[in-house]
Amino acid sequence: MNVIEIKDLVKIYNSSEVQVKAVNGITVNFEEGEFTAVVGPSGSGKTTFLNMLGGLDRPTSGSVKIGGTNVWDLSSRKLIDFRMNNIGFVFQSYNLIPVLTAGENVEFIMHLQGRPKKEREERTKEMLEAMGIGDRIKSRPAKLSGGQQQRVAVARALASKPEFILADEPTANLDSHSTTELLELMSQMNKKYNTTFIFATHDQRVMDKARRIITIEDGKILSDEKFER
Amino acid sequence: MKNFKIAWRNLWRKPWRTIITSGSIFFGVIFTAIMTSMQYGSYDSMIDNVVKFYSGYIQIFTEAYHENKTINNTFELEEQLVEIVNNTPEITQYTSRLEYFTLASSEELTRGAMVIGIIPASENKVTNLKKWVAEGNYLSEGDDGVLVAIDLAKYLHIGVGDSLVLYGQGFHGVMAAGIYPVKGILKFPSPELNKQFIYMDLTTAQTFFSAPGKLSSFVLMVEDHYHLTAAMNQLKKKIEPPFVVMSWDELQPELVSMIEADKAGGVFMKAILYMIITFGIFGTILMMISERKRELGVMIAIGMQRHKLGIILFIETFFMGLLGAISGLLASIPLVYYFFKNPIPLTGDAAKTMIEMGIEPYMYFSMHPKVFYTQAIIVFIITMVIALFPIYKAFTLKLISALRA
Repeated sequence: MNVIEIKDLVKIYNSSEVQVKAVNGITVNFEEGEFTAVVGPSGSGKTTFLNMLGGLDRPTSGSVKIGGTNVWDLSSRKLIDFRMNNIGFVFQSYNLIPVLTAGENVEFIMHLQGRPKKEREERTKEMLEAMGIGDRIKSRPAKLSGGQQQRVAVARALASKPEFILADEPTANLDSHSTTELLELMSQMNKKYNTTFIFATHDQRVMDKARRIITIEDGKILSDEKFER
Repeated sequence: MKNFKIAWRNLWRKPWRTIITSGSIFFGVIFTAIMTSMQYGSYDSMIDNVVKFYSGYIQIFTEAYHENKTINNTFELEEQLVEIVNNTPEITQYTSRLEYFTLASSEELTRGAMVIGIIPASENKVTNLKKWVAEGNYLSEGDDGVLVAIDLAKYLHIGVGDSLVLYGQGFHGVMAAGIYPVKGILKFPSPELNKQFIYMDLTTAQTFFSAPGKLSSFVLMVEDHYHLTAAMNQLKKKIEPPFVVMSWDELQPELVSMIEADKAGGVFMKAILYMIITFGIFGTILMMISERKRELGVMIAIGMQRHKLGIILFIETFFMGLLGAISGLLASIPLVYYFFKNPIPLTGDAAKTMIEMGIEPYMYFSMHPKVFYTQAIIVFIITMVIALFPIYKAFTLKLISALRA
C-alpha cells in the first residue's frame, strides 16, 4: 500500500540571474515499511526532495500525497500539525533541544501532540531503551556523544508514531562504529514498528542496509532499485 | 508548563547572555531612577523653598480678596474655618496674615511698601522668617516694632532702633498712620522682596489698619507637596463661599511653568537613556534569536506551532525583563537613599547662585516611591515591547533557511 505518492515534483530556485531546477519533475511512490535510501552526488537535489516530501519546503509545482492528504494544500498551521503526527525527522546535526534532557527531547513531541503524561513517560522509556540508551534518559545532549545524540534523535522521531521517518544524512557526523550501530537500530525499528524510513545519503553503509535505492541526479530520478535484505 | 520549563532553562544555557540582557535592564532602571530621583528632589527642594519662603502650600482667603486685594475684602477668622483646618490631617502648620500697601517714611524719604501683619511664632514655623533677620531681633507676640527689608531700609536711610512712619488707607477708608521702631532688618534672597516688605505683629497691623480681627489670608502647610492633593481635596469639599482655598501652584503659576519646562527637558534626557537601554536589550535579543535560528527551525519542523514558539521566546524575554527590573528596583532603593541622606554639594557659580537665591547649594534626591516603581515599570514595558520581536521572528522564520543555519 502506498503511503506516499509524489507526482511531477518540481522545485525551482530563483537566484538573481539564473533559475536553478533543484528537483525536476520527480514522480515516485513509497510503501509502508520501506527502508529506502535516496542517493546522489552533492547538489543532485536529494535534500530538497526530502524537504518537500516532509512538508518543510514548498514545491514550485507537483503534489505530495501522504495517506491521501495533499500536504501542500494544507494551511501553514495544519501542515505543522500534519508533520507532527505523520512525519519523523532525523537531521544530520542531531538538532536536539539543548536545554532538555534526552528523555525530555523524546517526550517533547508527544507533549505537543497532547498525549497523557503516563503514556509519554512509558513511550519515552521504551524508545530510549530500544535505541540502547535507556540509562541516558536524564542526560542533556551536551553530555552525550554524537552517536548517542543521533539515537535520541531517532527515538524522538519514532516517539510520535509517525507514518514515516525522513533522515537527511543521519550518519554524516558519526564515526564508523556509531554509524553501524545506528543503522542496525534503525533497521530494527523499521521491522519492529513497520515504520517507513527514507534516507538522503551519500553513505555506502546506509545504501548497503537499504532495501530500495533511488538515485537522483540533476533533480531527476536516474534509477529506482529494490533489494531483498 | 513545558513552555515555562524550556524558557527558564534557555535563560541559563548561556548565563552570560541572560546576565548581560538583565544587566542592561538592571542598570537602565538604576540610572533612570537616580535621574528621576534627582529631578524630583530638585523640584521638591524648589517647591519647598518657594512655599516656605512666603506663600505656604495652601492659602484661604475670600473670593473678593482674590479678585481685588484690598483691605476692605479681608475677613474675620471663624472658628468653623479653624476647625476644618484642624480636622485635615495633612495640615501640619498654619498662620494668619494681614497684608496691605502703605507708605513708609523716614525723616526725609518716602516709599510705597507692603505691610504684613503676622503672628511671629507661627509665621516662623511656616516660613522660617527669623532666619532672614540680618540685623536686630525677630518680632515677639504683641510687639510694636517692625522688621524692614534691607533695600527699603537703605533707601529710607534707617537702621535698627530708628523710627519708621507708616501712613496710608485703613479699613473702609479710615486713615492709617503710626510710628514704629525698627526692630530688625531682613535680608531676603529676592531683590524684589528686599525693596518692599515690612513685617509687624498681626495685632499691631490690625490696629494700624483699623481692622481688628481681620485677616487677608490664612496660610497652611502640609508635610510636602505629595500630601497637597489629599489636603486640597478635603478642604475644597468643606470650605464654602465666600472663602476660597488655593494651592501654591494656583498662587504661583510661574513656578509651575518653570517646573513643567524643566520636566520637558528631563523627559528628553530620559528618552535618550531609554533609547540606549532599548537598543542594548534589543541587541542581545537579536543575538539570541540569530544564535538559535536552527534550533527554532527544528522545533517548528518537528511540530511546534509558531505561536507556541513565540510564547516560549516571549517568556524568556519576560523573565529577563522581570529579573532586570526587580533587581534594578531593589538596588536603586539603597543607592538613592544614600544620596537622599547625603545630597551632593554643589560648588562654583551654581552654588553661589543658589546661596543668593536662599537655597542650600545641594543636589537633592527624592525617595518618593513613584521614582522607583515608575522606572521599573517603564523599563519593563520597553522590554515587553522588545519581546514582541522574537514572536514576530517565530511567525516569519523561513524554515529551510533556519534549518540550514
